[in-house]
Amino acid sequence: MRARKNIGGLDALMLIPAVFIGLFFLFPVGTVVGRGLAGDGLDAVIDLARSQRQRDVLRFTFWQAVVSTVLTVVIALPAAATVAGLSSRARRVVRSIVTVPFVLPTVVVAGAFDELFLATGLDAGAVRLRHTVWAILIAHVFFNYAVVVRVVGTAWVGLDCRQAEAARVLGATRWQAWKEVTLPRLRPAIASASAIVFLFSFTSFGVVLILGGPRRATLETEIYRYAVSRTDLTTAAALAVVQLTTVLGLVAISTWLERRRPATTRVARRTRTLGSRAGRRVNGLVAIALLGGPLAVLVERSFSTGTGYDLSHYEALGTRVRQLPAPATTALWNSLQHAVMATAIALVIGVLASVVVVHGRSSLRRFFDLGLTLPLGTSAVTVGFGILIALDEPPIDFRTRWWIIPVAHALVGVPFVVRTMVPLLRSIDPSIREAAAVLGASPSRVRREIDLAIGARGALVGGGFAFAVSLGEFGATSFLPRRPDDLTAPVALFRLLSTPGDLLRGQAMALAVVLMVLVAVSVFVIESSRGTTEGAL
Amino acid sequence: MLRVDALTIRFGDVVAVDGVSLTLAAGERLAVLGPSGCGKSMLLRAIAGLEAGDGTVSLDGVNLTDKAPDQRPIGLMFQDHALFPHRTVEQNVAFGLRMAGNAPGERDQRVHELLALVGMEGFGDRATATLSGGEAQRAALARALAPGPNVLLLDEPLGSLDRHRRERLIEELPDVLRATGTAAIHVTHDHDEAFAIGDRLAVMHAGKVLQVGPPGEVWAAPASITVARVLGHTNEVTEGAATVVWRSDALRLDPAGPHEAMVERVHFRGVEHDVRLRTPAGQPLRFVLADPPAVGDNVRFSIEPERVIRFG
Amino acid sequence: MKKLFLSFVIVGLVAAACGDDNDDGDAIDFRGDPSGTTVRLVTHDSFSISDAVWEAFTAETGVTVELLSSGDAGEMVSQAILTKDAPVADVMFGIDNTFLQRGLDNDIFVPYESPNLDGVFDNLKLDDNNRVTPISFGDVCVNYWIDALPTGTAAPSTLEDLTDERFAGQFVVQSPETSSPGLAFLLATITGTDDWEQYWADLVANDVSVTAGWEDAYYGEFTAGGGERSIVVSYASSPPAEVIFADPPVDTAPTGVLLDSCFRQIEFAGVLAGTENAAGAAALIDFMLTNTYQEDVPLTMFVFPASQSATLPPEFVEHAEVAANPQIIDPAEIEANRDAWVDRWVEIVLS
Repeated sequence: MRARKNIGGLDALMLIPAVFIGLFFLFPVGTVVGRGLAGDGLDAVIDLARSQRQRDVLRFTFWQAVVSTVLTVVIALPAAATVAGLSSRARRVVRSIVTVPFVLPTVVVAGAFDELFLATGLDAGAVRLRHTVWAILIAHVFFNYAVVVRVVGTAWVGLDCRQAEAARVLGATRWQAWKEVTLPRLRPAIASASAIVFLFSFTSFGVVLILGGPRRATLETEIYRYAVSRTDLTTAAALAVVQLTTVLGLVAISTWLERRRPATTRVARRTRTLGSRAGRRVNGLVAIALLGGPLAVLVERSFSTGTGYDLSHYEALGTRVRQLPAPATTALWNSLQHAVMATAIALVIGVLASVVVVHGRSSLRRFFDLGLTLPLGTSAVTVGFGILIALDEPPIDFRTRWWIIPVAHALVGVPFVVRTMVPLLRSIDPSIREAAAVLGASPSRVRREIDLAIGARGALVGGGFAFAVSLGEFGATSFLPRRPDDLTAPVALFRLLSTPGDLLRGQAMALAVVLMVLVAVSVFVIESSRGTTEGAL
Repeated sequence: MLRVDALTIRFGDVVAVDGVSLTLAAGERLAVLGPSGCGKSMLLRAIAGLEAGDGTVSLDGVNLTDKAPDQRPIGLMFQDHALFPHRTVEQNVAFGLRMAGNAPGERDQRVHELLALVGMEGFGDRATATLSGGEAQRAALARALAPGPNVLLLDEPLGSLDRHRRERLIEELPDVLRATGTAAIHVTHDHDEAFAIGDRLAVMHAGKVLQVGPPGEVWAAPASITVARVLGHTNEVTEGAATVVWRSDALRLDPAGPHEAMVERVHFRGVEHDVRLRTPAGQPLRFVLADPPAVGDNVRFSIEPERVIRFG
Repeated sequence: MKKLFLSFVIVGLVAAACGDDNDDGDAIDFRGDPSGTTVRLVTHDSFSISDAVWEAFTAETGVTVELLSSGDAGEMVSQAILTKDAPVADVMFGIDNTFLQRGLDNDIFVPYESPNLDGVFDNLKLDDNNRVTPISFGDVCVNYWIDALPTGTAAPSTLEDLTDERFAGQFVVQSPETSSPGLAFLLATITGTDDWEQYWADLVANDVSVTAGWEDAYYGEFTAGGGERSIVVSYASSPPAEVIFADPPVDTAPTGVLLDSCFRQIEFAGVLAGTENAAGAAALIDFMLTNTYQEDVPLTMFVFPASQSATLPPEFVEHAEVAANPQIIDPAEIEANRDAWVDRWVEIVLS
């Protein structure tokens, strides 16, 4: 698609995401890396490159992220197909439920996996999954399944299925039709989802440490080790540079893939697909085994008391225990407020940025496309410490403002909105825009009536992610000072787990289950707000 | 011979195809005429294997009902062509051959033959997005014919064409089908197209096939008022207790005729004119006349009894 | 790497040496009436105190406390070092003796001698310049699940017992690289055994398991969470917590403590350099040593008060034990050797 000149008001709108990303990401990260590398920083980078250990770390980081991504895509793609074939309501339900793992702290999930491994004999005798690479890979698939199902599933719904049918009638088997016709047209969405999964796995921290065990090191755990355990900011910054460079390169490749051969979407009529019932069943089983297993363990634990099963852990959430500065219910309410705000920010910034990425001037396009995805692939330590030392002087001493938490969450949420919305915007048949223009719509009106209306589908799916990311306290916020009054549910959960005692643990599990339900319901509500667009698509 | 027996397709409470039975002889062309939403596209999709329903579909005695679309020697040309946007014209046409496992050399030759057959020589390397409506239509036809299906199903294949191309293709399509010896079911909502293309005509309404026969016979003797309406008969007149239809060629201008009407509109259509009248009672009538009266005239006329269609 | 590491240690040592010289120069005026002001207290995530205690503080002094929590103790100290030019708070609580020297070396505190310091156990006072004030302490000790020990085996009573093959595959520890109790236990073995390197080699031979953090050790591999191992590195105060938060209620703790294995973690408060409310900060530190505050500490954070005059709650007295001879290492020695010790530990245990 060629760049369009003369798109009124775009330059001014562009400022908002530019300031956001500049102030809350580029400036802080630049400051922390700059401070770390001041003086003999270059030597530190060279030392790293010479160190066999660090080369191994980089290789392992890369390798596990690639394998995690491939596994996730392979396992979740069939589910995305099934989701696309469901009725729009069922689709929203499934899409909401798969988001649940996003809000669960790794330590909780790891516990559930351990129990599951033990119960299913996967951690006894010859097979010992605990503290192996496989445990890391399985957990990454668990956490990222939703990314592929949601991003690709959404794009799939927009595809004209008659082309696949045409292939079938021309003698292609179901697999051939998928490979030859559907897959090439899903490529932008798959590229998008893969990029997100890759970045998540590339910067994964808790999964590597807890499920992989203390022997595994990735760039992310090394950055933490040097920055926090050793206060060696120079080495940490050098590692951060390596991480940023790698991520930048990969994001550039993925956006290039995403731009290539954009698939054109007409507003497609849904027709029933034949013989998907068996597939649906298989996908259902995979999802239940993968997501259902660990989640069921948590649910079971939340009801389990020393003497049987009841609701006592849930009832206890309303009263403050001594380990918490407020009752768990208050923490849930705080989390919900943060998540609503983070989602709103991510949507505003993400939607504006997506429009720029698709229609803006080419240099800016690239800048937004890369810049807005970077936070997803940047160490939480880098961003957290960056905010801490960069935004420390009035008038921008934002470190202890309550809103810096949702803002930091939104940093991770924005890439989701951009990465789900941009492929949809690119897929809009130019003739639809031209038709609107001919019917008398001004350029900004065309954007509102056509791009935003059609892109809303992606934006809301991205918004659902942003919500889940915030509710799960993803990213840099654990490295920011926060007020105990603003206690959030994941922090409360973590605290409940850090003192021995079955009562506290039971309450933590109940809190985890409430958090799961909260995110599923919220994402459902967010995605239901699309209104008219869903009817058309 | 293709045989469809008691085919029924339901979507929840909606019956899209309702107990349809049809036959199609080798090399025959059957036109299926019906208004939009009558279930004719669904009928084609079921024959192709894209929809599941009750009833059976068999070809030359082989039961196809449980076979997947790729297992049926049946081609389908979609209403909007459904060309693969990520492939060139040549790759589109070659697709079915590739699926059938033809050798590349053989494939290329066949693709060229087919492109030549539909008048698309030299278009092989074009991206499908750059084709005009007519070109896309031809490319889709070539693609559907390439694997050599015994039966080709055409779903409103001429729908998106301008009149000129459409008339050309109405003439060419039977030739192409004849040249390849392909039997075809051609679905359309346009009676002119149906009359021109079909050896036989099937009239469909609300999921049911109401009448099958040679186009001339069906036109002259529709089995019911519904069939008459689908065929484009508009002059419904009450005669005593019965409703009859005056064919559009039934009017004779006659100053002593029993009927009277005002001429509202006259459309020139070459040799004939399309004349719209309105009776003093307000009923609109429509006839074809070689020699039309002037607009605004009050005319008297009579009706040739053998051109009145009576039902039941 | 090695060069870098060495220079890091040297810089640390030099800074430590210089730090001592500079202290007296930083005179800050702690006098004045802080009433009506707000004092900001930054702590780690595990900090908790009853609302009534803060209400008492405000009633007594007229000062309002604004709390900030800042990750675990290590993260909090790292953050304080990064932000020392523009600190986020006036007072820090929760820096312990394993990280103390790092904070001191980086000059993040200003000296303040609280008048209430007299009532504090002398052996807890680790900084002669009073840049930090001891508030509470706890012992990191090996815990065992009494009923889950191998049948017919008496509970372990010395560190050496853990290398005995009757406890093979029973012990789980945390990595000192990522865990505060893990680091404390490593330090305990360094002074508590004749040859700590050999000791860890023996533990490895006895199939010791290592986790990244306390939660995945205690609730992942230890009996408490349904795990297969009956011995874990935890706290001396873990057994009372197991009683207080038991479900259903129990009279005796299901776990026991190996008192020979303990490392004493002392938690300090200090006035952060660059404070905007010195008088308020002083008032807060004074208050943290009063009985009102000190007596709330055991049941909110499961640690012992630093003040000799504080009365312990009965359920704490009954189930918590204080190690008679805990391992103690000078913070400066810890800071000077920590990275080398941890690196050596990684070589022995993880490689």
